[in-house]
Amino acid sequence: MTPTVVFPVLVAGLYAAGVYLLLDRSLTRVLLGFLLLGNATNLLLLSTSRAGEPPIVGTAEPAEMADPLPQALVLTAIVITFGVSAFLLAVIHRSWRLVRREVVETDEEDRRVAARSPRQGDALDPDDLDPGDLSREERAVGRAVGGPGDDVEHRFGERFPDAASDDVDLPPTRGAAR
Amino acid sequence: MIRVLAPLPVLLPLAGAALSLVLGRFARTQRALSTLVLGAVLAVSVALLLLADADGAAAVAVGDWPVPQAIMLVVDRLSALMLVVAFTVGFGVLLFAVGQGWADGAERSPVSIFHPTFLVLMSGVAFAFLAGDLFNLYVGFEVLLTASYVLLTLGGSAPRIRGGITYIIVSLLSSLLFLAAIGLVYAAAGTVNMAQLSIRLAELPAGTVVLLEALLLVAFGIKAAVFPLSAWLPDSYPTAPAPVTAVFAGLLTKVGVYAIIRTQTLLFPGEALTTVLMWAALATMLVGILGAIAQTDIRRMLSFTLVSHIGYMVFGVALGTVAGLAGAVFYVVHHIVIQATLFLVAGLVERKGGSTAVPRLGGLAAASPLLAVLYLVPALNLAGIPPLSGFLGKLGLLQAGVAAGGVLPGLLVAGGVVTSLLTLLAVARVWTRSFWRPVGQDIGADTARAAAAADDSRADSGPDPDVPGEDDEPAAHGASSSGLGTTRAGARAAAWERRTAVATAHDELAADGVRGRAEERLPGALVGATGLMVAVSVALTVIAGPLYALADRAAADLLERTPYQEAVYGEGPAESAEGVP
Repeated sequence: MTPTVVFPVLVAGLYAAGVYLLLDRSLTRVLLGFLLLGNATNLLLLSTSRAGEPPIVGTAEPAEMADPLPQALVLTAIVITFGVSAFLLAVIHRSWRLVRREVVETDEEDRRVAARSPRQGDALDPDDLDPGDLSREERAVGRAVGGPGDDVEHRFGERFPDAASDDVDLPPTRGAAR
Repeated sequence: MIRVLAPLPVLLPLAGAALSLVLGRFARTQRALSTLVLGAVLAVSVALLLLADADGAAAVAVGDWPVPQAIMLVVDRLSALMLVVAFTVGFGVLLFAVGQGWADGAERSPVSIFHPTFLVLMSGVAFAFLAGDLFNLYVGFEVLLTASYVLLTLGGSAPRIRGGITYIIVSLLSSLLFLAAIGLVYAAAGTVNMAQLSIRLAELPAGTVVLLEALLLVAFGIKAAVFPLSAWLPDSYPTAPAPVTAVFAGLLTKVGVYAIIRTQTLLFPGEALTTVLMWAALATMLVGILGAIAQTDIRRMLSFTLVSHIGYMVFGVALGTVAGLAGAVFYVVHHIVIQATLFLVAGLVERKGGSTAVPRLGGLAAASPLLAVLYLVPALNLAGIPPLSGFLGKLGLLQAGVAAGGVLPGLLVAGGVVTSLLTLLAVARVWTRSFWRPVGQDIGADTARAAAAADDSRADSGPDPDVPGEDDEPAAHGASSSGLGTTRAGARAAAWERRTAVATAHDELAADGVRGRAEERLPGALVGATGLMVAVSVALTVIAGPLYALADRAAADLLERTPYQEAVYGEGPAESAEGVP
């Protein structure tokens, strides 16, 4: 088999895009990321085998046939990925029905543990704040970026005077923006 | 004989699941069917263990294909032992679930889907233990994981969906890593059959082998919840119904541990990653148990001890000696039983006390002395109080660590002792507070702080996830989601008030639950099933001698590797004629 640059580039690109999407908070993007990662893995499996004639007895010499095993593995993997994606979609839909959000939810336990030991004098950590605590007007969601009067940080500073913040103006998620 | 019996642990539950799905309308028949199937498989597993111990390992080529190409089911001492323990726990948990169905009637939860899914889960577990090649190990994992997704999100309430999503995404990622590793293994060695791999991997360059080993370890490490790949577990397990959490906690992580044991001994007998594994074991033990101490909820506390004690097993595997592996195998057996039992007891506590949050509990020892005994015995066993099996397993591992010598094993021995003591602290705190604190006693700051914290989180998320009172949740969530709808319209203050009101109402309902249930006797079927599991855990201590000897023989087999290879290839493992494709 002649080495080809197409497979590695394709697989690496799909993995990169998949990981990027998987890190998003919106569950639909996570699902898309998972699908890309699944396809990347299937291509990786396929690229491990020898290419050649269809592996059907009688149509070609066995030495010229493609290796059938990875194809069988990929078929199995595709079926599994398909089933799990369908289930994940159902769960995302259920999440949307329940709380009108399709995002990875805040870790309540983490917050409770943090709230249990408030150390006096600690500055408020902006990473602990949830953009969901802001009212709709205070969020940057759904507006043109950088327009006049869109100084979210300024308003945030008014609301939480002791927060030294610079990264809270990220829109929470696409899902909440709708 | 083994060849006839070996496929049954996979096939019987699958067939049972299909039949059970058809019988969805007849709850009683369904329960009887699941019990019958799991009981039969348990008997088959015991027979397999006795045969494998007497005659040595054996393999079945499914469909009678020639050996390296066929799908192999391999029964050796380790896989047979794991099967017996898995189906013992599965059977006990099923009895608990059946008891719960009797006690509550069918209207409380969608039981009709529980039984088929549970049987599919057990089939996947059995397939993972028996699979003779990496790809079928992957298929086994997928079968059990897909069933576990359904079980974890059973009923689809908000806390379960929240916990379930984390669990599903993390599991999917680990499965993809596993699949990619299989692809690379195939590219490097031209086979996925484990017996064949154990011969061919030795001929590959060391760097390639270490890469493959690391990839597989990461994939299995996520499933087994080895630190730093364990953060998903305490967030997802506690939300599920009691029997589901019990079987997850007992079995699913141990399937990952089994895969680590199998691949580390059979495929990668070298010591390339031993140091990494040791450090991971130490970190798992300590981080897990420190997390457990910080918890105020019994189920979350148990989830963290689960993570922590995985460290002991990884320690035994990393030692790579017969004593270390024997200790790990024995500890896996002990821990599957004990962790499942404790989660069942937590289910009983929730019934009796209305909650598993320790600040809300009190006076359980007076309310139900039997429940107190059911908690105390496995809790002490978990912490490793002599002469219970937890003590024996830890002792074996610590002895193996001392025998291995060196700084790092010494550090791990110290870490193991500290973890054991801290486990005792964690379970004893639950014991004194939930069981012995008088009802209604004001415990001041503790409760106040917990309540304040709970209020904080509630303000953000609707009802308190600490109180999975199943009957009142749908109403509360309906209200809180319409509250969010108002937020979207802009009237945030109104929404806030409404959500607080919902939360208060939810609290009152929960309090009613406490008052209502405390008078009620615990259903006999549930107590019986839990008592059976406690009895099994005590029985592990009684038969510890023969069991440890069996674990020793299994460990010797694992390190020798030839019994497995001979089982697959027949006498004299010869490299097969066909070359690398």
